[in-house]
Amino acid sequence: MAEAHIKNYTINFGPQHPAAHGVLRMVMELDGEIVDRIDSHIGLLHRGTEKLIEYKTYLQAMPYFDRLDYVAPMSQEHAYCLAVEKLLGIAPPPRGQYVRVLFAEISRVLNHLLNITAFAMDVGAMTPMLWGFEQREKLMEFYEGVSGARLHAAYFRPGGVHQDLPAGMLDEISAWCDQFPKFVDDMRHLLDGNRIFKQRTVDVGIVSAKDAIDWGFTGPMLRGSGVAWDLRRSQPYDVYDQFDFDVPIGKNGDCYDRYVCRVEEMAQSLKIIRQCIAAMPDGPVLAEDAKIAPPRRGDMKQSMEALIHHFKLYTEGFHVPPGETYTAVEAPKGEFGVYLVSDGTNKPYRCKIRAPGFAHLQAMEFCSKGHMLADSVAILGSMDIVFGEVDR
Amino acid sequence: MQNLSEHIAESIGDILVSREVQLNELVLTVRRDAIVRALTFLRDDSTADCKMLVDVCGVDYPSREERFEVVYNLLSLRQNHRVRVKVTTDEDTPVPSVAEVFSSANWFEREVWDLYGVFFADHPDLRRILTDYGFEGHPLRKDFPMTGHVEVRYDDEEKRVVYEPVRLPQEFRSFDFLSPWEGTPRELPGDEKVEDKSAEKTD
Repeated sequence: MAEAHIKNYTINFGPQHPAAHGVLRMVMELDGEIVDRIDSHIGLLHRGTEKLIEYKTYLQAMPYFDRLDYVAPMSQEHAYCLAVEKLLGIAPPPRGQYVRVLFAEISRVLNHLLNITAFAMDVGAMTPMLWGFEQREKLMEFYEGVSGARLHAAYFRPGGVHQDLPAGMLDEISAWCDQFPKFVDDMRHLLDGNRIFKQRTVDVGIVSAKDAIDWGFTGPMLRGSGVAWDLRRSQPYDVYDQFDFDVPIGKNGDCYDRYVCRVEEMAQSLKIIRQCIAAMPDGPVLAEDAKIAPPRRGDMKQSMEALIHHFKLYTEGFHVPPGETYTAVEAPKGEFGVYLVSDGTNKPYRCKIRAPGFAHLQAMEFCSKGHMLADSVAILGSMDIVFGEVDR
Repeated sequence: MQNLSEHIAESIGDILVSREVQLNELVLTVRRDAIVRALTFLRDDSTADCKMLVDVCGVDYPSREERFEVVYNLLSLRQNHRVRVKVTTDEDTPVPSVAEVFSSANWFEREVWDLYGVFFADHPDLRRILTDYGFEGHPLRKDFPMTGHVEVRYDDEEKRVVYEPVRLPQEFRSFDFLSPWEGTPRELPGDEKVEDKSAEKTD
């Protein structure tokens, strides 16, 4: 029989595809069902955040960070607040730092809950998604409790956090901590040994440690490849050096290892949350410097000085001394960095946002080449892409 | 940090323009034509050992002779330090691409090209990345207006999305209260009554 010549087939994956995790358009060239080439088109959610920030005062720029990776908003705020604090040369009071760590870890669990369960759904498991969202809802109630908003919290401020925790909040978080391991066990029971799940993820999208570093991978993508690198441990910020936690790493660098890393990271986050609650000090949550942190509402009723400070801070804002810094935090997805340039006025001169997902998505072609079309969905799911931060 | 800075100065001092430690972060400025050599050295040298290129970004200083700065943020996982390398350029002069040295530079350089219009020589695939298909201009330049030049809407008659010049129903208001006591101009932005008053006086 004569061999038929088959032409490569080019398809559009997205921009409206349920497995594309948002508005990703990938032009894929397929040889049969094997992926030959991927050209990712991003920017469909580009909102010009960096340009907008240049026109806002330092405080007004802060809420934009919630809108980057909207799955774990407070982690982004954390990076920005640390960068501003570094330029200002201030540090939050101890209680402020503990509250920030507490909510950064809650954000991490929020993120991993969505990613693991959405990833499971991408490869065919429906139930974890439904269970995971129940837990996410409970965590977002804590967000609402401290900031009044479930998602776009704007809770972290340069110099600490905006408000102290409401009464009883720590007990509620403790109660949540007690029931959460049960959910993790149930979910692991469904996924860990599941034949379909393993067939779709084990040995799919293997990235060696060397390649992961070359492509700028961070977070679970890097740790899944066996590199023990966690900014909370290697370059600790706030009070992370006070806590005892492990950095889980993978062995093979495939999609399954990245899943296992994330599950274990949730357990470690839980450990940090518990230690945080136990060690929570008393005292103020926001820096006492009246030129940077706004006065308490009660003071404004009594003190002329406080009223003036409030007016100045919410019109002019505070001035940041000239300088530049690159400050990064270990966000749930990887290294989230803020490169902040100040020219001494009340507005950032330049604020570059380094999103981990941008570097991960860049390697999509590298990871998927030679895999089946369906595997590229699993790889994309394991990369933990959220378009808010990739497109900015 | 100081030791590293001196070590780098000894090894590639001929291409260094300046080096300083600012806020405990090492910042190097190198000659534009030698950026590939500088980053290759920082990657392969055992003391510097910066195996990861974390970020590349542009900064625009319109008042300078060479208005753009391209900033490379490097990270060493083994030595646990960060190094920042800068080069300067203007609208026309290309910067050698480092995509051969670090794979991650590919998209980062595309982004700088897209947002600032800095051209990277020998880049494998220098296309726009974040802005719209067919976008004109480089939006993060300081002389690019924040409101942009074109807006889109769905046209019901043509049954497609159409591009039109930006029309602002209300004048763009720049709230530049550098100091609410002294810096505020007498006419507040958007306060049209001020003009009415002056018109009354001339009457």
